[in-house]
This record gives sequence, C-alpha cells and structure tokens, in this order.
Amino acid sequence: MKFLFESDTWQEIYGSIRKNKVRTAITIIGVLWGIFLLVVLLGSARGLENSFNKLFGNFATNSVFVWTQSTDTPFKGFQKGRRFSLTMNDIDVLKSEYSNEIKLLAPRNQTNNLIIKDFKSGDFRVSGDYPILDQIQKKKLIYGRFLNENDILNNSKVTVISEDMYKQLFDIDEMPVGQYIKINSIGYQVIGVYEASNVGNFDGDCAYIPFTTYKRVYNTANKVDWMMITANENVDIEQMERDVILTLKGLHKVHPNDERAFGSANLGKEIGKITGFLTGMQFLTWFVGIATLIAGVFAIGNILLITVKERTNEIGIRRALGATPKSIRQQIILESVFLTTIAGMLGIIFGSLILFGIDSAIGQGDDAVLVNPTVNIPIILIAFITLIILGTLIGLIPAHMATVVRPIEALREE
Amino acid sequence: MIRIEKLHKSYPIGKDSLHVLKGIDLHIKEGEFVSIMGSSGSGKSTLLNIVGLLDIHDEGDYYLNGQLIKDMNEKKAALLRNKFLGFIFQSFNLISYKTALENVALPLYYKGMNRKDRLKIALDYLEKVGLKDWANHLPNELSGGQKQRVAIARALVTKPKVVLADEPTGALDSTTTDNVMDLLKDINDEGMTVFVITHEEEVAEQTKRIVRLKDGLIISDELTKASKAV
Repeated sequence: MKFLFESDTWQEIYGSIRKNKVRTAITIIGVLWGIFLLVVLLGSARGLENSFNKLFGNFATNSVFVWTQSTDTPFKGFQKGRRFSLTMNDIDVLKSEYSNEIKLLAPRNQTNNLIIKDFKSGDFRVSGDYPILDQIQKKKLIYGRFLNENDILNNSKVTVISEDMYKQLFDIDEMPVGQYIKINSIGYQVIGVYEASNVGNFDGDCAYIPFTTYKRVYNTANKVDWMMITANENVDIEQMERDVILTLKGLHKVHPNDERAFGSANLGKEIGKITGFLTGMQFLTWFVGIATLIAGVFAIGNILLITVKERTNEIGIRRALGATPKSIRQQIILESVFLTTIAGMLGIIFGSLILFGIDSAIGQGDDAVLVNPTVNIPIILIAFITLIILGTLIGLIPAHMATVVRPIEALREE
Repeated sequence: MIRIEKLHKSYPIGKDSLHVLKGIDLHIKEGEFVSIMGSSGSGKSTLLNIVGLLDIHDEGDYYLNGQLIKDMNEKKAALLRNKFLGFIFQSFNLISYKTALENVALPLYYKGMNRKDRLKIALDYLEKVGLKDWANHLPNELSGGQKQRVAIARALVTKPKVVLADEPTGALDSTTTDNVMDLLKDINDEGMTVFVITHEEEVAEQTKRIVRLKDGLIISDELTKASKAV
C-alpha cells in the first residue's frame, strides 16, 4: 500500500486523467449522478417520513375511538334503530375489566357554542375533557397550562383555547391567561393556549373545559359522547377494539352481531397503512439509488476499458521501459478508485446542496411537505465505501486487460 | 552480451503458422555496434523483439548478459528490460501528454527513483542530446528529429547495457538521420552495445557490423569499413 502515499503515483494518475478530460468528466458524471440520486431520494424519503411523523407525532398511534350510533338488530325487546349513549358507568367497567390492556381512557363530550370575548366572538367547538387527553393527544402549549385534576375536582370554569381562537378573540400580544371569555353566556377563565397542529388535532379549534364542568353546564348527567382508548404496548389494538365493543354491547343490551350500534376507528391501523407506504417508498429509494450507483460504476468500468484499449500503445511503451504488470494494474485500478471517489464526493456534495435547497424551499414551516430532508452520515459512508469497493472491483477488469496484452502487440498498435 | 543459439519463432496465422525465424545463431559482444538488415518480412523485427524481451521465442537459447532467458514472466521481463535494455522506436513512442523531460524520466520512475533525482538525471541526458531548452515541451511541439533524440535520451537514462533501435531513422530525413546516427555512434563509443535494425544501407554502413537476414536466416555477417577504420 506504500505506493498510495507516493507523490509519483498521483503524478502519474493526474497526468493520465488530465490528458483524458472528456472521458474523465463523463465517468465522473456517471457515478456522480448515481450517488446524487441516492442522496436526494433518501433525503426526500426521510423528509416525507419526518413530515408524517410531524403530523401524527403528537398522537398515540395505538388508539381506538368508540362512539354510539343506532342499532341495526332488534334485541331483548328493543326494536332496531334504537339510539343510546355511552355512560360513565361504561367507562368504569372498561377501566376495571381491561386494566391490563388499557393505558389511557378518555371519555369526551363535545358541542359547538358561540364564544365571546368583549366585542369579539366566534363559533367554536367546546369539549369536556379529562387531563389525560394531553397524553393521548399531546398539546403543545404556547401560554399557560392544560387542564389538571384540581379543575376536574372543583368543577372549575376554566378553559384551554387554540392558537387560532386566541388570534381571533384577543388583541395582538394580549396576555390571554387569566382573562375571561364567555362560552354559551357563561364566563370561563382562560388558563392556556395550545398550538394548532395539522392532522393530529382533529378536534379542530376547540375550547377544552373540565369534563365535570361540562357535565354540570350542559346537564349531560352520566352521558358520554365518545371515548378515546390508548392501549398499553404489546397489546393487539384490533383485538382490544373488538373486545371492548363486545363488552359495551353487553352493557347496552345490543345484539352481539350488531354491526351498526357502535362506531369505532383505529388510529393505529390508519397510520399503519401510511407507514407501510413509507417503508415501501424507502425500499424503492434504496433500490433505485443502488441500481443507479451500480450503473454508474459499470460506466466507469466501461470507459476505463475503452481507455485501456486507447492507451494500449502507451501501456506498451511503459512496459518496454520497465513497467511491471503490477504497476500498470495499480495505476489503472487507482485511476478507477480515484475517479469513483471524486465522483462520489461531488455527488454527495451536490445531493446535499439539493436537499438543502429542498429544505429551504418546502422543508420548513407548519405545512412543510418534506420536513428536514436529511441523510444519515453512516448510510452515506456505507454507500461511499461500497462505491469505492465497486470501483476497485470494476477497475480490475480493464487493469487485467491492460496486462494480458503482450507488450509487443501493445506497441504494434498505432 | 547477447548470445543466441538456434533460435526459432513462428506465429500462428489461423490454422497455419508462419515460421519467421528458422534457427538464428548470433553472438554480440559487449560494446559492439551491430545493424541487422533485411527486407520486410525477413524476421529482423521479430529478432529485435525477442532480444528486447518484448516477445518470447519458441525454440533455442537466448542468453542476455550471461543469463538464460527462459520461462520469463512479465514481471521478470519488465525488470530485465528496465535494467539492461533501452529502446528506440521508429515511431518514437513518446507518451503524448508528458513533456520531453517527463518522458525521459519515466524509466527511472519504474526503477523506483524519487522524482527530484530522476528529473535531474533526465535533464542531464536531454542536455546530452542537445534538447535541454526543450525539456518542458510536449512531444507534439517537437520535430521528428527532436522526438527521436528525446527517445534516445529516454533509452539511455537507465544506463542500459544494450540499446535496441528499431528503424530509428525510418521516419526521419537524411540530415536528422545523420544526427541520430552520430548520437548512436557516440553512445557506442562510450562502451554501450548498440543494436540497430534498418533497411537503409547508408545507416547500416555507419555501424561496425552488419548482419543480413533473409527469410528467417542469417545470410551474411560481416564487419564494415567503419569498424576497420577504428
């Protein structure tokens, strides 16, 4: 390996590369394009993944929502089409029966109301919630705090409003916390403002008030509109969804095979579809990127092979002057490796610049398409090393070709 | 220096083979200035290639500097070429993207000499052939005679025992031919064995011994007037 560090070796390579500017450029472009594509594709895929994560990140993905509809089968003396509601009793039963499976259970009641602050007003959703909602559906607070247990115990008339509501109801730079707003003509003290996230927050612009307060103000008694359940890890969320609904059917005298009585949505399943798509896309990215890389390396091999033919005469001269086959081989392989290395580095640099461009153009802000499109440095290093190894291997072919020709035949080529 | 006994060489041409050298016996002592003459197809280039270790013979024995050349692999051949032989070709065979100086220094590179030393030695040899001022020119900026002088400098730079010249004047006009022959004579006067292949009588006559080949056999081997004059 000593020859690698001798300036003469590089002088020779520099000479032959400088001489063949066009083919050097074409060769470099081949590999550059490959690794450039790999970097950009991987970065974009990562960006897409990041933006999905951003969308769903605030949400516990192993969640099920359950609500009631109307029965479609007559059962135990009830006619079909009966409407009914979930109750707090259901919540207690589920909590005790599925204590191992259920991590969080949030009963929720919601309605729409006019909300007034001084002379400004707007129609918004109002939601009665427990503090655990913050764990199922993470709220990023700009001001103040979320609901807490004291609010529940004291039936406090407090509310946490959304960023948009704050902008609509308050003056710019006005401190919202501690101020009062009227929801359905009843005064509530604002205790917090949360940042609106994109998809994870399907409550929309919603004023959260304590569940117990909601119960009193809207006179809902035992009723629960719907509930969100988050399962413990390693729990089969779909199985739990079926079990929970079966239990609820028992509690509400609904036929076990009633398909319509309970509605449910499994967030994990929906997100699973998307992450599956992401996995597929990453696979595609790798496949396309690596295939392009290999094509690029082959291009190098091909061009080197042609140049070896072109340079048969030169190689013949060198051998007449005492070049050993080994030194000829070394030179050609080193040229190959040198070209792939330069091309690889340029490709990584250009790819990174493009990713940087993408990031500045559509990678920032709330509705970014590709969030932080980046590539792991280890992945790039692995690709780079693979590239160099491939460059060496592919260089072996022309190197061998250069040395099997007898010097006399090489010299005869004019 | 060079001893050849019953040398045979044939080239396969399709199914047949062309018998080029049909038993050559030749003995060249150190310091001789020999020319091989013959029409094209007489086998003179083949002989030079075998002597120059660029090709291998089929039968017979070849001793270079007392060493039997047999079962040569490319590596050994390359080392011997580098150590004992200097080549001068009809078409100069300079590397087009290297300057005259770099071309001359190339054999020293394969000898493993460091850059500074070899450029210094190469410059000395360029001076010797009168091209010191052209050291940094590329071959295509030189005239034919100048190119051949660069090639001669390159052949000499490793201080070989034998200089092999294949039609060294074939591409040159008469004036430059004389220049080149004078150079070769000077080299020979310094004690180097010079082995020239030519089909020009005037060139051959300037050497000290003429070996004539015809159809793969030596038909005459005689000393010239030039040698008697010494």
